[in-house]
Amino acid sequence: MSNAWVIKGARPMGGKATDLYVDNGELVDSEPSGAQVLDADGLVALPGLVDLHTHLREPGREDAETVDTGSLAAALGGFTAVHAMANTEPVADVAGVVEQVWRLGQESGHCDVRPVGAVTVGLKGEHLAELGAMADSAARVRVFSDDGKCVHDPVLMRRALEYVKAFDGVIAQHAQDPALTDGAQMNEGVQSARLGLAGWPAVAEEAVIARDCLLAGHVGSRVHFCHVSTAGSVEIVRWAKRKGWNVTAEVTPHHLLLTDAVVSTYDPVYKVNPPLRTSEDVHALREALADGTIDAVATDHAPHALEDKETEWSAAAFGMTGLETALSVVAAAMVETGLLDWEGVADRMSVRPARIGRLTGHGQPLVAGAPANVVLVDPAARWVVDPRQSASRSRNTPYAGRELPGRVVATFLRGRPTVLDGKPA
Amino acid sequence: MTTHTLSTLPRHLLSAADLNRDNALLVLDTAEELARLADRPIKKLPTLRGRTVVNLFFEDSTRTRTSFEVAAKRLSADVINFSAKGSSVSKGESLKDTALTLEAMGADAVVCRHSASGAPHRLANWIRGSVVNAGDGTHEHPTQALLDAFTMRNRLGRVEGLNVAIVGDVLHSRVARSNVLLLSTLGAEVTVIAPPTLLPVGVEEWPCDVSYDLDAVLPKSDVVMMLRVQRERMYGGYFPTTREYSRRYGLDARRMATLPDDAIVMHPGPMNRGVEIAAEVADSVRSTIVEQVANGVSVRMAVLYLLLGGALLETAEQAA
Repeated sequence: MSNAWVIKGARPMGGKATDLYVDNGELVDSEPSGAQVLDADGLVALPGLVDLHTHLREPGREDAETVDTGSLAAALGGFTAVHAMANTEPVADVAGVVEQVWRLGQESGHCDVRPVGAVTVGLKGEHLAELGAMADSAARVRVFSDDGKCVHDPVLMRRALEYVKAFDGVIAQHAQDPALTDGAQMNEGVQSARLGLAGWPAVAEEAVIARDCLLAGHVGSRVHFCHVSTAGSVEIVRWAKRKGWNVTAEVTPHHLLLTDAVVSTYDPVYKVNPPLRTSEDVHALREALADGTIDAVATDHAPHALEDKETEWSAAAFGMTGLETALSVVAAAMVETGLLDWEGVADRMSVRPARIGRLTGHGQPLVAGAPANVVLVDPAARWVVDPRQSASRSRNTPYAGRELPGRVVATFLRGRPTVLDGKPA
Repeated sequence: MTTHTLSTLPRHLLSAADLNRDNALLVLDTAEELARLADRPIKKLPTLRGRTVVNLFFEDSTRTRTSFEVAAKRLSADVINFSAKGSSVSKGESLKDTALTLEAMGADAVVCRHSASGAPHRLANWIRGSVVNAGDGTHEHPTQALLDAFTMRNRLGRVEGLNVAIVGDVLHSRVARSNVLLLSTLGAEVTVIAPPTLLPVGVEEWPCDVSYDLDAVLPKSDVVMMLRVQRERMYGGYFPTTREYSRRYGLDARRMATLPDDAIVMHPGPMNRGVEIAAEVADSVRSTIVEQVANGVSVRMAVLYLLLGGALLETAEQAA
């Protein structure tokens, strides 16, 4: 099969229809000889999506997901690069584990898998992991996170922020004050009062974000906030950015679409960390993503085995799958509402996350000379989410049965199709 | 006797919010009919003969379980007590597998007590029979609210228009949640009173008033419902000391004297005498605590009967 493609009539960034030429893994400016033709009439072309926040569960919980199944789900969702979080078993806190994950990604070849290194040994929040060794490894780790746990000790957080400057790394903080959220089950507010579930106050997130903005400003480091979920967090990040501090933030698709009202079913498919919040929070998050206060959409794809979700609420695991639905949810929450155009979607789902993760080969404009990392989206298509059709090994999507707009038709990773016709290529 | 449509209850009783005014009155009226049985030498009705009621108790509660058991047996149902201790549940069996087991055994109704809020809601997804919430975590306990309303009606002749004070650990109380919902549905004016640490964020959206000042509320209260202070709250930093709690939010004889003449004092039990309620208050003529226990059987009979759609009212008349 030839490596050359003509993507005919696609609309780069949702603009005017044109032909894109792909040869030898790059976009080129004239039609290569012997090219295969892909009819992209009506399709929007975007740079391949980049996820800053994915749980691939390997090593340790291969029953829930593997690097292979998770990265395939990513490709089907339009991603050409994902960051795999460190909370595996064993934890990705040494060069050996991050290199293993990186190699598994290479072998599968569905998308680039960039391991995230743990900030502290065993995610315990006590001692810094060997961040430099992970940065220097074959996996070339640049994003470090104890995601799932907060780096709560302010001194440790300060040291981590400072230390990663030596190799241009970034700490991605899971902002959650542990004492304020001991036993917490859902957003604290009207719904938790009614449902009798222990409340997870917004301040538990906001207080840590405020502290870490101040720390990053003080030591001149960059900090990234995982999955911000409250209107208050948005205000603090906006304030820190105005100060000129090097602060970035991500929001998940589910926090852009769902509110804590769905918890009234007690169905743990809606149980997630941070919890679903109120419609005021959803509104503020959408506005912040639109105005750039929030830099990126990140899935926090968190696959779980059925038995960890088919339980009473308090016994269930936190998390939702999201790789295959992310772009459609963003289309519903941001594009259909007029808050972002497709260029804006490309910026928040590819350009900026690539920049935060220091991924030079991704998030590039669709011009000759750029790596041919491209996703083709049918903006007019609508589809009903069926968990059984998912490439992920897990089924815990909160959108089962829901109709969503926008469908990924094809994904190219350095000129090679990983997805064609909405199916694995 | 009042005639009602028999099929107006929802399939499950998970929350007091599942009952509209008519449904709630239907349960209370039915319970009243059934209460008369208790005065007869033979207390048993054949109504639920051949039906199976499972008491699925993941938390110890001898009172509630016994109350449901007596209720089901008086209606001639077969009763299976399935308690977490000594069953496969303690060996790690999931709630779902327990549900499927009960389903396979042909349970017509499952009465569920669980430490997790919402567990009965989950159960209702997995079994065909009716699920009755007998207390789930810090969420609800709807039959307790029904028996409380029944007790108020017995003592004071009505629920509508009564001023009801619910005092204590509202944050963690399933009794408070169910009572606020049911009593407001029935037209009572409810005030919850607690130290601010024991009120949930979001309580302002509840259909009731909120106060921190017990002394201010008592003189206009027809009913005072004292909630149990759980031991773990005493040491959870919600208030400085048990003594201070008792001084500010306990019902002693001095406070009881500020109540209107007909006012009653309720407690869902078990009581901490000397903490939320003084012994002389618990044992006073205002106290309905023992009646509440008796009324619990009648109300639970009514719930089981109505959910399982027996033909009791007619039967009761024939037996009379």
